[in-house]
Amino acid sequence: MKASHAHPRLVVIGNGMAGMRTVEELLKLAPDMYRITVFGAEPHGNYNRILLSPVLAGEKTVDDIMLNTREWYDANGITLHAGDPVVRIDRKKRVVHAASGLAVPYDRLLIATGSKPFIVPVPGHQLPGVIGFRDISDVDTMLAAARAGGKAVVIGGGLLGLEAANGLLRQGMEVAVVHVMGSLMNQQLDPPAAELLRASLELRGLRILLNRQTVAIEGTDRVASVRFEDGETVDADLVVMAAGVRPNVELAKAAGLHCERAIVVDDTLQTYDPRVYAVGECVQHRRATFGLVAPIWDQARVAAAHLAGSGHRRYVQQATATKLKVTGVDLYSAGDIVGGEGSEDLVLRDRRSGIYKRLVVAGNRLTGAVLYGDVADGPWYFDLIQQRTDISSIRDQLLFGRAHSDDVAAQAA
Amino acid sequence: MELSAQFPIASTTVRTTCPYCGVGCGVNAKVGQDGALAIAGDTAHPASQGRLCVKGSALGETLGNHGRLLSPMLREEGALRAATWDEALDKVAQGFARVIAEHGPDAVALYVSGQLLTEDYYVANKFMKGYVGSANIDTNSRLCMSSAVAGHKRAFGEDVVPGSYEDFELADLVVLVGSNAAWCHPTLYQRIARAKQERPEMKVVVIDPRRTATCDIADLHLPVKPGTDVWLFDGLLAHLAEHAADDGFIDAHTTGLADALDAAGKAGSLADVAKACRLDPHDLERFYELFAQTEKVVTAFTMGVNQSTAGADKVNAIINCHLITGRIGRPGMGPFSLTGQPNAMGGREVGGLANMLAAHMDLDDAAQRAALQEFWGSPHVADKPGLKAVDLFRAIEDGKIKAVWIMATNPLVSLPDADQARRALEKCELVVASDIVLGTDTNEAAHVLLPALGWGEKDGTVTNSERCISRQRAFLAAPGSARADWDIMCDVARRMGFEGFAFKGPHEIFDEHARLSGWKNGTEGQRRRVFDITGLAGMTRADYDALEPVQWPVRTPAERTARVFGDGHFAHGDGRARFVPTVPRAPAHLPGGEYPLVLNTGRVRDQWHTMTRTGRSQKLAEHIPEPYIDMHPQDALLSGVKAGELARVTSDWGAVVARVQHGGGIARGSVFMPIHWSGQTASDARVGTVVNPAVDPVSGEPEFKHTPVRIEPFGVTWYGFILSRTDLPLREAANWTRVQGKDFVRYELAGRKPFANAAVWARGLLDVHDDDADWIEVEDKNGGMYRAVHLVDGRIEACLFVAQRADLPARAWLASMFGKEQLEPADRMSLLAGRAKEPAFDAGPTVCSCFGVGRKTIEIAIRRDNLCDAAAVTACTKAGGNCGSCIPEIRSLLAEAQAQAAEA
Repeated sequence: MKASHAHPRLVVIGNGMAGMRTVEELLKLAPDMYRITVFGAEPHGNYNRILLSPVLAGEKTVDDIMLNTREWYDANGITLHAGDPVVRIDRKKRVVHAASGLAVPYDRLLIATGSKPFIVPVPGHQLPGVIGFRDISDVDTMLAAARAGGKAVVIGGGLLGLEAANGLLRQGMEVAVVHVMGSLMNQQLDPPAAELLRASLELRGLRILLNRQTVAIEGTDRVASVRFEDGETVDADLVVMAAGVRPNVELAKAAGLHCERAIVVDDTLQTYDPRVYAVGECVQHRRATFGLVAPIWDQARVAAAHLAGSGHRRYVQQATATKLKVTGVDLYSAGDIVGGEGSEDLVLRDRRSGIYKRLVVAGNRLTGAVLYGDVADGPWYFDLIQQRTDISSIRDQLLFGRAHSDDVAAQAA
Repeated sequence: MELSAQFPIASTTVRTTCPYCGVGCGVNAKVGQDGALAIAGDTAHPASQGRLCVKGSALGETLGNHGRLLSPMLREEGALRAATWDEALDKVAQGFARVIAEHGPDAVALYVSGQLLTEDYYVANKFMKGYVGSANIDTNSRLCMSSAVAGHKRAFGEDVVPGSYEDFELADLVVLVGSNAAWCHPTLYQRIARAKQERPEMKVVVIDPRRTATCDIADLHLPVKPGTDVWLFDGLLAHLAEHAADDGFIDAHTTGLADALDAAGKAGSLADVAKACRLDPHDLERFYELFAQTEKVVTAFTMGVNQSTAGADKVNAIINCHLITGRIGRPGMGPFSLTGQPNAMGGREVGGLANMLAAHMDLDDAAQRAALQEFWGSPHVADKPGLKAVDLFRAIEDGKIKAVWIMATNPLVSLPDADQARRALEKCELVVASDIVLGTDTNEAAHVLLPALGWGEKDGTVTNSERCISRQRAFLAAPGSARADWDIMCDVARRMGFEGFAFKGPHEIFDEHARLSGWKNGTEGQRRRVFDITGLAGMTRADYDALEPVQWPVRTPAERTARVFGDGHFAHGDGRARFVPTVPRAPAHLPGGEYPLVLNTGRVRDQWHTMTRTGRSQKLAEHIPEPYIDMHPQDALLSGVKAGELARVTSDWGAVVARVQHGGGIARGSVFMPIHWSGQTASDARVGTVVNPAVDPVSGEPEFKHTPVRIEPFGVTWYGFILSRTDLPLREAANWTRVQGKDFVRYELAGRKPFANAAVWARGLLDVHDDDADWIEVEDKNGGMYRAVHLVDGRIEACLFVAQRADLPARAWLASMFGKEQLEPADRMSLLAGRAKEPAFDAGPTVCSCFGVGRKTIEIAIRRDNLCDAAAVTACTKAGGNCGSCIPEIRSLLAEAQAQAAEA
């Protein structure tokens, strides 16, 4: 179809999941409202970043994880400039400038530049063989390294680091996970669950090094080892940095948009410039930044609504749930698992079967859940958390899962 | 039960007699090849005609060597050690001899039991009264039958029950006074119920403060105010004097009517009596008229009458009414004392009580004393009454009695003011206990334990409530080194240098007993004694073994006596019966002030005495697993206690704790507690500690049925239960009850102390100290919920459930998991949940113990097939099809269902 000049222009910076989901939502609401141009730094169509781990683990191929092919862009009259990153935003003239020199004017601008791995700035961090775990090229690098065999060190014992480590292990490398904290996935797990996880990962052959402060990455022409505070070193042919991410805000900052840790947006995902919206890992909403996909889908829905002019939606932060994508490790974490003033714990332990469950209750509401070994009821708990269901009547049965609690409900009825 | 540990000595069916209540049912016992014991009713036994109650049917479950006392034991530095018979018996013989030498014969005592066989009883009595030379031998029959004995002796001149069970069937009116026969004499109750079914015109009146299961067949229930029976029967006597006096009989065969009527007059008019008894005057009048108009009337009475400070008077007040109408000793009529224990009457025949001599001879009759001493050729014969149970234990505490030998009874549980009994035994120099089990409250205070034979092992005779002597026969070999009580006593007697204890077997003892009964009986100016079984003398061992049940007197081998006194000739010297004046008087201790309620105690259907035997059966545990306080909801409200929660019952003498329930059968002002729980089965439910020690001035029987008490909440911070394959020491719980289960023991718990670390606390409680043990748990600290299950080799070993409120999961499903040899992984979560994922059907509390049919099962069957009578329920659910003792409960379920249907 032909875009007519009457149509306002929407430029999207970032061909990732957040930006494209916003576009999809927008197309649902207002198919022909904008002439849409998309700039992407990566030379691909748009793919599901979350599934990079299975790709690395060899459980999926790159094709499996593609979301939108070039055909899709054409079919929807979207101009895609893949592999041509935007370098400057001129808000006065309302034009974006790409690396190629290409300049595209906009009526509305959507920034979805995402984030980049945090490369710990230790001596040697720029040596070849030190990479993050963010995109397909990182995966390619890792797979190449894995083919050569040898040792890999993953810095960061969070969700991403463990998935990377597992992938490399599956690809036949000797893998050590280095974590600065005392327990793995400390964002999502309490110590008992983390301990069960550690045990089962070590059983699979991962080496887990906790409480290790990395002070240097050593090697002459390429990485050879990693050194810790206490002087201990571990050999490494490959170092994967998975110690968190940093939102990509340089472009926005340079354009004079208000940023703190990330681009600050309001409940409509609008930046301080009314013509400019931002979604995804590059935004900061009420002091929170985002790494998981669920909230980003919400943001996309809201941003799209406002771009479409039917601006009634508000973005509300929701509890989130995590599942570690390591085959054979059943782990589920939802909501606020730390708890706080007045929060109460319900705990189930079955060491012999490697099952651990902890539910956090505040008032008569379920606010958090950590499940290990048996995650079947995870979604149910997550639903109770999000629906803010009053659980006082089933509190005693809650830990035994839906089946038992339904009985109770049934009996109560 | 694993009989495996016990060896059958007979491969054929052995005919014996039930060891529980005084009905004395015949039991056929057969040990199969597999060692399993088959128990069935003996259709040839006149007392039961093949019927057995739940307890009788479950006799097999109470055997087995677990928990048995298998060897003599001596206590040294507080600890028991196994000893040889020689050691133990020498200690007893020398101990008794020393005390007698230093302090005289009255410084020793025997305290025996209606559980003993007549032969044991005879030897005990001969030993004390003839050779030690003291009458300090009393028995737990003092606690149940002595008022009846006193009443009989005062009225008839001898302790004789005139009638037979068949009179209950022949009667046109059966009056049950202070008797919950449906639960306490079930097979006899069934006979009455069947008779009433066949002859609906037959009337049944129940006089009882509680509306018990027995009221199920009652045409009229008089919920008499506790302790006012004498008013009621004095009133009846006055009424009968006007409307139904048999002047011919009175003139020819009685004396003392005038005085009796004077005394009865003190009860006042019918209105006064109704007021005193807190009864509806019209109901009372109806009863009086019914009694007056009905020739064939049996008045059966038991503990509600006997266990009172006016017990003997109550008995005589009843007997008076039968004397004035001449209704005694003839078919279908007479006063009828129902015996509590299997051989209380046998004990009375041999003089088991401190105030009588053997063979119904009188202690205060010099001629009979002389005759007895001559017959025995003994060095002495006691010439003054010994101390009765309560006084006997007081004398022990006062140090007057320094050595006591307790046989087949558990006084620390069964006596009133039971803590006094404990204090007494703690002070006593030498406490000897003969018992069949090791762990009893009394044995804990004993210095010497002697292993006796239990039912199925011992061999001898018992006499039931209708004077029927029948054999208890052995079909199991003695476990360990246990010996018969008579044999143990004879051994001690010989060691003390006494002649006349060289019996070779129970048949020789019985023969001596039989010969004594005829000795100078009515000859040489002696009183004619009704108790005469000369006809049974001279039997060989074979004759004795073949002895068929027979009712005394048996003066000649062929004689059988269904009834006595029918000829109007009584046992007093002048042959006349006595009207005994019974001036109404209130119980010793009246409610009010600090103690506004009256505690009544009694038995429950499926337990016997202190549960040393019935407590071993899981089937019997299901009917009523826990001690309870039955009370009126209004009183509960006023006392601030709730059904299902724990409450403390306090009297001037002690306190107990149990769960409150509203059975619906109890009037305001009264509460009821069962007598069965001891320190072995519950932490604080030994009801004897609360019961007042006041006794009847004539019979010395304590007032178990009337103790003023106060009820208050027993505050706990948590409730819980444990199911465990092994017994556990429960230090942590403020209150616990032990319930026998199949393959496991169940403890109901409640506690005050909050536990900081539940897991550590629980592992301590369940005695699990291996960190790698298969231990699963759930905890809700703030919710006060904790549950743990300990598994071993994939099967449940123990589980613990704790919660802030008493609303814990049903025990039934968890219990069933103890039967599972291998649990599925899926079961693990269900274990903690306390039930199957697809919730297994919970049949509710067991109603029919025989077939294990639960309340809900029956209720559902009733509603689904809208059943309208018990027979239909039985046809449908089997419930009530065996022993039938649950039929009253089934009826009440039917009634409830109909009531609900009516409302709907």
